[in-house]
Amino acid sequence: MVSVAIFQQEAGLPKLTKRTLFNNLLQANGGDVSKPDISSGTGFDLHATLDVLKALLPHQAPLKDFVHHNPLNAFQGKPFENAVSEAAQLFGYQVYLPLDEYRRRYHEGAIRADVLERILQQRHPGEEDYWQQKMLESTPVTKEPAVVGRCRARWRQLLDFSLDEAVHPGLFRWLGGYLDQGIAVWSFPRCDLGLFEAFHALESRATGGMLRSREARELLISGRTGIEHLLGLLAGDPAIYGYYLLDQQFAHPGWSGMVAHLESHPDSLLSPRTVSLADLIRVELLLEIDALACHKPHGWQLLATVTGDLAAQGNPLEQKARPDENLHACHLFQLALEWSYYQQVLAAVQASSQMLAASGHATAAPGRSFQALFCIDDRCESIRRHVEQLDGQCETFGTPGFFAIDAVFQPHDSRFSSKICPPPVNPGHLLGETLSRDKSRQSDFHHSRHSTNLFGGLMITHTLGLWSAVKLFLSIFRPHLSAQGSSSAAHMDKSSSLSIDARTGCAEDPDGVQIGYRHEEMVSRAAALLNSIGFTGNFAGLVYLVGHGASSVNNPYYAAYDCGACSGRPGSVNARVMADILNRHEVREELALQGINIPSGTRFVGALHDTTRDDLQFYDLDRLSAGDINRHRRHAAIFAEALKRNAAERARRFELTVQTQYAAHLHDAVRERSGSVFEPRPELNHATNAICIIGRRSLSRRLFLDRRAFLNSYDCHSDQDGLLLAGLLKAAAPVCGGINLEYYFSRVDPHNLGAGSKLPQNVMGLIGVANGVDGDLRTGLPLQMTEVHDPVRMLVIVEQSADVVLRTIKSDNTLLEWFANHWLHLVAIDPDSQQLSCFDGEGFVSLPPMSGDVMDGAFLHQWLETRADNLPVCYLNQAGL
Amino acid sequence: MNHLLELLVVLPLAGFVVSLLQPEAREEPVYRVVRGTVLLHGLVTLVLLVEWWWLDRPLVHITGLHLFYSPHLDFSTGYMFDGITACFALVGLFVTLMVILYSRCYMHRETGYKRFFCTVLFFYSGYNLVIYAGNMETMFIGWEILGVTSFLLIAFYRDRYLPVKNALKVFSIYRTGDVGLLLSIWMLHHLFGGDVSFYQLSDMSYVLSRQAQHYPEACFTAIMLLLAATVKSGQLPFSSWLPRAMEGPTPSSAIFYGALAVHMGVFLLLRSENLWRGLPLIPVLIAVLGLATSLVATMIARCQSAIKAQIAYASVAQIGLIFIEIACGLGELALLHFAGNAFLRTYQLLVSPSVVAYLIREQGHRDTRIVRNIESYLPESLHYRLYLLSIREFGLDLILYQLLWQPLKTAGKFSAGLISGRGVILLALVYLAGLFLLPDPGMTAAGWQQILPLSAAAVALLLALAAFAERGAAWRSWLMIIVSHYWVALSIALNTAVEPREVVLYLSGVSIAGTAGFFLLWMPHAAGVSAGRVPRVCLDDFYGMTRNHPWRSRLFLLAGLCSIGFPISPTLIGEDLMFSHIRGEQILLATLTSLDFIVVGLVVMRIYARVYLGADKGMAGGAVNRSA
Repeated sequence: MVSVAIFQQEAGLPKLTKRTLFNNLLQANGGDVSKPDISSGTGFDLHATLDVLKALLPHQAPLKDFVHHNPLNAFQGKPFENAVSEAAQLFGYQVYLPLDEYRRRYHEGAIRADVLERILQQRHPGEEDYWQQKMLESTPVTKEPAVVGRCRARWRQLLDFSLDEAVHPGLFRWLGGYLDQGIAVWSFPRCDLGLFEAFHALESRATGGMLRSREARELLISGRTGIEHLLGLLAGDPAIYGYYLLDQQFAHPGWSGMVAHLESHPDSLLSPRTVSLADLIRVELLLEIDALACHKPHGWQLLATVTGDLAAQGNPLEQKARPDENLHACHLFQLALEWSYYQQVLAAVQASSQMLAASGHATAAPGRSFQALFCIDDRCESIRRHVEQLDGQCETFGTPGFFAIDAVFQPHDSRFSSKICPPPVNPGHLLGETLSRDKSRQSDFHHSRHSTNLFGGLMITHTLGLWSAVKLFLSIFRPHLSAQGSSSAAHMDKSSSLSIDARTGCAEDPDGVQIGYRHEEMVSRAAALLNSIGFTGNFAGLVYLVGHGASSVNNPYYAAYDCGACSGRPGSVNARVMADILNRHEVREELALQGINIPSGTRFVGALHDTTRDDLQFYDLDRLSAGDINRHRRHAAIFAEALKRNAAERARRFELTVQTQYAAHLHDAVRERSGSVFEPRPELNHATNAICIIGRRSLSRRLFLDRRAFLNSYDCHSDQDGLLLAGLLKAAAPVCGGINLEYYFSRVDPHNLGAGSKLPQNVMGLIGVANGVDGDLRTGLPLQMTEVHDPVRMLVIVEQSADVVLRTIKSDNTLLEWFANHWLHLVAIDPDSQQLSCFDGEGFVSLPPMSGDVMDGAFLHQWLETRADNLPVCYLNQAGL
Repeated sequence: MNHLLELLVVLPLAGFVVSLLQPEAREEPVYRVVRGTVLLHGLVTLVLLVEWWWLDRPLVHITGLHLFYSPHLDFSTGYMFDGITACFALVGLFVTLMVILYSRCYMHRETGYKRFFCTVLFFYSGYNLVIYAGNMETMFIGWEILGVTSFLLIAFYRDRYLPVKNALKVFSIYRTGDVGLLLSIWMLHHLFGGDVSFYQLSDMSYVLSRQAQHYPEACFTAIMLLLAATVKSGQLPFSSWLPRAMEGPTPSSAIFYGALAVHMGVFLLLRSENLWRGLPLIPVLIAVLGLATSLVATMIARCQSAIKAQIAYASVAQIGLIFIEIACGLGELALLHFAGNAFLRTYQLLVSPSVVAYLIREQGHRDTRIVRNIESYLPESLHYRLYLLSIREFGLDLILYQLLWQPLKTAGKFSAGLISGRGVILLALVYLAGLFLLPDPGMTAAGWQQILPLSAAAVALLLALAAFAERGAAWRSWLMIIVSHYWVALSIALNTAVEPREVVLYLSGVSIAGTAGFFLLWMPHAAGVSAGRVPRVCLDDFYGMTRNHPWRSRLFLLAGLCSIGFPISPTLIGEDLMFSHIRGEQILLATLTSLDFIVVGLVVMRIYARVYLGADKGMAGGAVNRSA
């Protein structure tokens, strides 16, 4: 390394001939192969750089485990505005809506002028006019180019050669082949080895491989493949190694992010691979040296020749964000957009709370016809509303949809088990499925590997090829869920039995996962669930536990459609298992000791709501008594009607459906949608999510929230010390925040942070999607999932006194980060005084009473039929919709 | 029946024009027009089929419009209908209709909804022109439409880098095939001493007698036809374009590269069977080519981890087998195989996103790791070598780059060096001198007779190459190709006596399109100069000007297409006329002229791509990562 620098000075020319370069390097290391090459005194810390890269790269899991997360989670330690400005300047991301769009919304009234005025007064007292002019009139100056990619662009101009274009296609194909999970028929020959070892094993055996130049092959065989050593041949100056790696890896953030993710989560692949980002970098550096050696046979200029000014500036990642008035103007607009909506919600919630206090809560709880526990998911808001509208006597609760079941589930016909609890939870229990009879599986020859082979393909095209025409015709005229799709009902068979009881003898398997639950474990899970939502008395005869899942076909993002609290799986197993546990006599006895008295007449029933099809299936009905069955029939009819209304409400957003269907057929149209191969939007998922209410249902029961709210039941009176609240927030903040911010960033920058349009996507190795064949893996959500989303950060409303909430969030630093850095907004509503106070990062500040302009829902019925946009918060007409 | 046949060709074209007139803001009108056109077309096709079957399946042939008539060339369209056409028509109709119905929901709310449907309908028009064509000229018109619509649909996502780059790549490879077709048309004229229709060619004894008299010409024709078929059907060494064409929305990939466009080579071979069947080596060559392709493509397909690439190579391998079947004279089997392959690959592509849910579930059922693939029984180093070769697609992409692109670049740099400032003035003087020589070609000495046209053609090619190498102002590059056309005209005029109206026909389209294109390219440049900046639009970057100037982009595309002899301008007939003046033994002149046409086509599409496509510099959100 040292001699390279000397050579440069001596020659006075920044160009190196290849031979000299190699000789120098060999001498510098004394030709000793075993000696690790360490660039001494260079100030380049490889491990630190790798750690930074891993943090910055997208953290997206393989498709089957798609879990929502904050795409900028590397910046979460900083306040939102600084963090996004930094990300924008570093990577060139778009972090707000375009200024023009804010202005349009301002002129249309979606951003309220009074809200904007108030925000300007608070933030820039005395400078309101300056900022108002900046926001509404001035033309924005053009952005500076992003830091990432700058060095490489200069180098590219100098070399007159695009290294990326020469290296990427081969690298992606090779890496895709190595990581492939089952698309390729001819699998990678040595996937038992680590990434770099596999590269070495294949290349050193075979000529005609990836490395075409003698120099690169020599390097590989000599073993001088340390990252610093290779960087010396390309970048030259250790001060810019960091720049080099940053540019190199962020030229394909998708693949690098996947490798970085798999390095830390090797278990997310069904066919395991040993990968590391360092290995990927080594391979890529070798390929780059190879490409340069082939293209520039007489030597090449090092990157250092064009980065003299940058090396002095120091680490680009440590630089603070430059103040940017454009971004700040957008930020102010964003705040105004958010508060224009929050204000409606807060006014409505406050009014509800006041009414509740006036009517004297909990003094005489009415007798309940039945109760139902739903997931906190925003998609469950509407179905709960419809059920309650149809039966005023029923009661619904919201709780994370895994129902306190922290387990992995193994389907009867699968070799693998999958996690069915929130991603951060480490499951310690295994639930196995057994079937009384073996069901025949549907298969589809279109995905058969034979069609790829020469003679298999010959046979298939000559015979079944013509059958494809029939299949194509049917899939267009009679869409149905076929073997190709992912159906929520197929997750667990209705008639199967589950290994809920801990088995004696084989209590623990080698991985430390225990089969089923022991008695005391069942009690603790049941108590945790019921206590967290304040459901400890007043039990009705039938209590439903409704998990949710989704059904879609031709959809690589299927895992993102299922329950997030079940790690992207349907919640059917969880609901069924928890119902079973709560129905156990011995569990109820223990619960009674803890003060939860469940009457012996009460039965719990597990169920699964398919959010795409609006179907509901109940489990283990054969265990109900005849009287319970009769009562259940009445409730089932209510559920059926609610589902129909729910489908109609959802259909207002589906333009093509509304145009062509009569209202009565909307449910069928919605069902058909889930099985249509030509439908890129089987449902709209979490699009438009905006708030999360943690409190009693009575705060929101009278409100129309337009499927924009996560609702978590919580009884403030039974939790004076905030212990339950801490548990709820720790689960809700990362889950809801992850969903909300992933939608936010995918919406505001669909091309870099989102996955672009879904339509040209190509599945790579079953782990990711890319555009076309040569593309990088795309991370984030596709346009089709986010286009109707209104990008607002989530407002978390907690029904509890501000002191308790403050104590609770300060008890946990990660939790505090979400709110203190304004990635989520937090408002507490005092259950006694109904005072609203907002968390400003340090403490709670009282909010003035919200202007009470919540609309009456008189027009709601009409709006639901005619409008496709976001509807305002309004009061429900008690007579029902 | 004859009228029905003409109607079948005209109907989609008329529908295309109507679809262009629909509003862009609404989806329903354009969808209805396109669906209605295809449905109506289907109805007429069925009526025709029934009638044809009733008449005991005759070979129907009609002559259409006489577009140009001169003593040595009668440029007319002609249509025919036989079993091959029937099979291709039915498959094409079914797949197109299904894809259109499929795309109604699939493309819903996508930017470019109208563009997609119009392009698909235009593609369908081209497809019908090819399969109903009664002579090579008509087929060539359809063939060109297929090429341009392919380009437009691959570059559908025109603000991203890779689609535009791959669209250009595929177009340049297509262009090679087009030249094969152009040269074979030229040679056919000499082989049969005039225009010849497929109907005449169906008389095998007539064809054989002509071939016996002109054996080398016959071989040349057959090889050029084979070149065109090989390119279009992705056979070796051109296979690597097919997966790279999968950049558009999935249904467009399915209809183009799963079903219809990719099988056009098969159609060409079947249609021109009599032209190569009698020659001893050609069937063997076709079979060997097919065999080699099917083996190599199968290996590549087997190791692909990207689903669409896997389907593409598997399809190419089957087309290789179809080539073998055709070479063995199993026409019916080949047709059946074509239909099966087209349906299967279309459906596989359309449901390709399902593969994740399906295969992951299937893996749960059985352990795929214990299934050893046959390659693992090979000796280790051979196994690794073959695997790496297959992963690298046997270097096919690189070979094509070095074979096609690299020589052009080198030659372009060389000619750009020759044609600089003063060179242009010199060229103008020489051109005038050439015109002076024109009135009496007989005056020139016999030796000059050969050299003059050749050197003029060489200058034309040099100009085109220099335009190709130009990386500065776009208008300069554009000007060079227009001038290049003038040199081609001079070359032909020096070669034989040419009627003035023929030259006028050729140059009129070029001149009008050239002027229009020049102004369109000059406008942003002038804006840049008046704003005191350096010329803004250079050819070393992408500018994405379609975003802000959609009409300029459309007009330039029109002008560009006119100038490369696309069948909307008289230039196409003009080009054909020019070729008809090249004598059968003047292979060098024909090659120079056709090379000129290839390069001009490339340059025009490259200018279009660089100036109007790609990421917009001023786009909010900054440039999207190139690799995305």
